[in-house]
Amino acid sequence: MSEALRTVSFKIYRFNPEVDLKPFMKEYQLSIPKDKDMMLLEAIMRIKALDDTLAFRRSCREGVCGSDGMNINGRNGLACITLLSALKEPIEIRPLPGLPVIRDLIVDMSAFYAQYEKVKPYLINKDPVPAKERLQSPADRKKLDGLYECILCACCSTSCPSFWWNPEKFIGPAGLLQAYRFIVDSRDTAKSERLEALSDPFSVFRCRGVMNCVDVCPKGLNPTRAIGQIRSELLAEGG
Amino acid sequence: MVSSATSLTGNGLRDWLYQRVSALVLAVYTLFIMGFIMTRSMDYAAWVGLFHHTGVKIFSVLAALSLLVHAWVGVWTILTDYIKMASLRLSLEIVVILALLFYFIWAIIIVWSV
Repeated sequence: MSEALRTVSFKIYRFNPEVDLKPFMKEYQLSIPKDKDMMLLEAIMRIKALDDTLAFRRSCREGVCGSDGMNINGRNGLACITLLSALKEPIEIRPLPGLPVIRDLIVDMSAFYAQYEKVKPYLINKDPVPAKERLQSPADRKKLDGLYECILCACCSTSCPSFWWNPEKFIGPAGLLQAYRFIVDSRDTAKSERLEALSDPFSVFRCRGVMNCVDVCPKGLNPTRAIGQIRSELLAEGG
Repeated sequence: MVSSATSLTGNGLRDWLYQRVSALVLAVYTLFIMGFIMTRSMDYAAWVGLFHHTGVKIFSVLAALSLLVHAWVGVWTILTDYIKMASLRLSLEIVVILALLFYFIWAIIIVWSV
């Protein structure tokens, strides 16, 4: 018995610097069973089965690893948790904006990671190491909610105009969310040094409150709020 | 820490605070002038009378200073966003600073000549 099929049309950004002089959009038609929905990543993997020159990153396929961040119909998101049925056709897929393209949908994330590294995303504690562990009250632990969940998919930072214009100076929403995650952690003793390192006119203050980061975050996090809280901490410390 | 020689204060928090405080001064000054224009009969005598008050003169100079500070923080941000060629950016920054200082001094001269 043959299944009833429907066709979904795609336009996918293609660029292989070894062969292509410049990027182009390639059209694909994919037949999928009628009355069946799937995640965009599944559809892209089926397209790759038809055209194995298409390159993209993916790993966990359930919105946890952050590998398959891409620009879907003009909006950054994770292909693995975006339903095909929610997208207008032809579905236009491009690499994350603002970062150099290595090939097709794969971008060079070095600038993004360099900013993440700047905020020292690990606990710093000068107190003697306790016998068992550093305890934290439930109230203090609660302050990390909405911050620790970030998976570094870069959807936010690559949708931020300030990050596009100054990727080497502005930390960007992802890095700043993590910066605040350690500033507010009761077990961290380097709060002042962390704030001092962020007090220049670029690192935090290049945020103009556009809020694209909040709009696109696949985990529903709010970097703009974290940036506001860093400002408040800076104000409390040096105001 | 990113160093920046040309920002107003070289410190992000200070620049940000100055911009917000100057915005407040400008907002109050605008409301004050608008209020005067809308509630009084506007003629030369009323206008000169208003600026005869020392308080109004000081407020006007404060508003001009706020404009200088506010505009510099804003324009500096725009220039460092969009002009990537350092020599061109620095030239434009100098032109803007000189223009703003010129207008500020001119505003003082005008207000104190009344």
